[in-house]
Amino acid sequence: MSYQRMDAALSSTDERHAVISSAGVTPGKDWVIVTRGLRRDYDMGGEVVHALRGVDLAVRRNEYVAIMGPSGSGKSTLMNLIGCLDTPTAGEYWLNGSLVSSMSDDELARVRNREIGFVFQTFNLLPRASALHNVELPLVYAGVAAAERRRRAADALARVQLGDRMEHRPNELSGGQRQRVAIARALVNDPAILLADEPTGNLDSQTSDEIMRIFEQLADQGQTVIMVTHEADIAAHARRVVVLRDGRISSDERREQFAARVTT
Amino acid sequence: MPLRDAIVLALSQLRVQKLKSFFTLIGVMIGVMFLIGVVSIVEGMGRYVQEGVGGKLLGVNTFTLRRRPDFTAGNVTEATWREWSRRPRIMREDVEAVAAVLPAEDAWAVDNSDWVDAQSRFARSPQVLAHAASASIFAIKHLDIASGRAYSEQEAKFGKPVVVIGQEVADYYFPGLNPIGRELRFDGLPYRVVGVLEKQGTVFGLPLDRQVFAPDLSPLARLTNPRGDVDGVIVQSPTPAGVQEAQEIVRETMRSRHQLRPGVEDDFALESSESALSAWAKIQRILVIAGMVLPAIGLVVGAIVIMNIMLMAVAQRTREIGIRKALGARRRDILRQFLVEAATLSVLGAIVGIALGVGLAHAIAAVSPLPSSVALWSVLLAIALGAGVGIVAGIYPASRASKLDPVVALRAE
Repeated sequence: MSYQRMDAALSSTDERHAVISSAGVTPGKDWVIVTRGLRRDYDMGGEVVHALRGVDLAVRRNEYVAIMGPSGSGKSTLMNLIGCLDTPTAGEYWLNGSLVSSMSDDELARVRNREIGFVFQTFNLLPRASALHNVELPLVYAGVAAAERRRRAADALARVQLGDRMEHRPNELSGGQRQRVAIARALVNDPAILLADEPTGNLDSQTSDEIMRIFEQLADQGQTVIMVTHEADIAAHARRVVVLRDGRISSDERREQFAARVTT
Repeated sequence: MPLRDAIVLALSQLRVQKLKSFFTLIGVMIGVMFLIGVVSIVEGMGRYVQEGVGGKLLGVNTFTLRRRPDFTAGNVTEATWREWSRRPRIMREDVEAVAAVLPAEDAWAVDNSDWVDAQSRFARSPQVLAHAASASIFAIKHLDIASGRAYSEQEAKFGKPVVVIGQEVADYYFPGLNPIGRELRFDGLPYRVVGVLEKQGTVFGLPLDRQVFAPDLSPLARLTNPRGDVDGVIVQSPTPAGVQEAQEIVRETMRSRHQLRPGVEDDFALESSESALSAWAKIQRILVIAGMVLPAIGLVVGAIVIMNIMLMAVAQRTREIGIRKALGARRRDILRQFLVEAATLSVLGAIVGIALGVGLAHAIAAVSPLPSSVALWSVLLAIALGAGVGIVAGIYPASRASKLDPVVALRAE
């Protein structure tokens, strides 16, 4: 593996600054995620909680980024916003060239379906459906015909080495296998970003490594990966680490810089 | 999500929760069962009446000129009865006048009847229903001859003492014998049996196989109608329109013979199978409406149960809804999923209910003289009601499910 190739995919601080500062302007084609002053307030029984206080983030295509932070830092909120599960109180969010921060519920559903592949800590597979059916689900909502759906879902499962477990239900699979089913499901629609939320949180360290290797491979193959985690050693698998603190980005650096800072 | 996928999903959901689904279905099942049962029985009664009145008693495309109606719905008041008693009788001359003006393609027959004593060399009594009728009566009423022959116009005209007898009469008065050519006496007068009718069964308790037919000008007429009048004249036209036309002709003829001024009510009755059946149709409507109360209660209860079950399902499957939304399900996809699930549940209940209802109808047919007749429209109505109940009951739970916030739903349990 060459760092040379990885570096080519990484955006520089200056480039990011340039794309973030031009508010209202559609980012260039190679920017998958651009947020400008993203804020999210929650009304907790009369008291307003500022979960995000202006997040500026830019991610270029093919980047593998970890978003880190302690609990309460706002990383879950940011992950919900990036995943189009939630809408910001203020600020812009551009995903793959579209301004999603002002979209309706149905438009967001479509964006989730086409542009985002989720991998959750708790896998979030449908318990009574086979692995194959679970992977087919995004295609069902995309309106893909049954035969085509089956073929693509089987392909996606083969990519995570589960071609021989297609008819198994989640409770017949190990934790690592379940997470691989979830990854296959996330990839089946060929999304702009793979968005993982604590993907190894429920796995032992050996299985975690296995999942991390898959992410590595996907990133090598050109998949943009965003991984939210609170574990520094997991975050260190990504090539760029964004640290969130009190609703703001406190650092945004290369893996090597981050690793050096954390270990010392 | 396409409808087919939604139905497959709904069915798999039912498979998972068989017992719960069964209890959910009971309301709809019972409602539909009684719907089918009630409609089948009423329809069966309707067919029984129609075949009896339209087919056997009156004949097809016919009407009868009588002094007073034979078929009446409900109670006849004292005043009406007195009016009927004051009416002039229908006489032979009336028959001739009417026959003279009827279109050539129409057939007509005088038909007088009464219960009279009969006896043969082998048996005497009980009474038989004796008709003194024109020869054309056999054609008009589709009275088919099993053996021998009907009497001819000639024999009728000359009042020959010949008789055509029903199956039961033949069996009783001539046990084990061929009755053709043998003698049957009415009030001591000997009649020669020339024919035996096909078996006809019973209509409204009237034993049609205990009838005998003799020419209307034979001495039998003096037994049935001692005053020399005529009970009724049956007129048959080839078409329903012809019946209408003939009725008007007869009405005008009779009114002018009775010298009725315009505006004065008819003092005779023109009775068609249609008019007799309209009385039944009224009763049938009341029966159907009354019979709908039970199914309606069942369906309302069914709807409430389904709504509750669906609300529970939405609560239990919040996480699933969250996952589906995260993967791109729109509001309408979730709405549709739960609506289809409720409707599938309910239609399944309706199908089971239809099977039970058909069974109920057959059971009642087996223990009563009523034939059961499962109406196609009631089956279609049952399925439509099933789907409708499911959809109505599913709207609220499904809309709650569709409005769930994906972030909150994903955090459930």
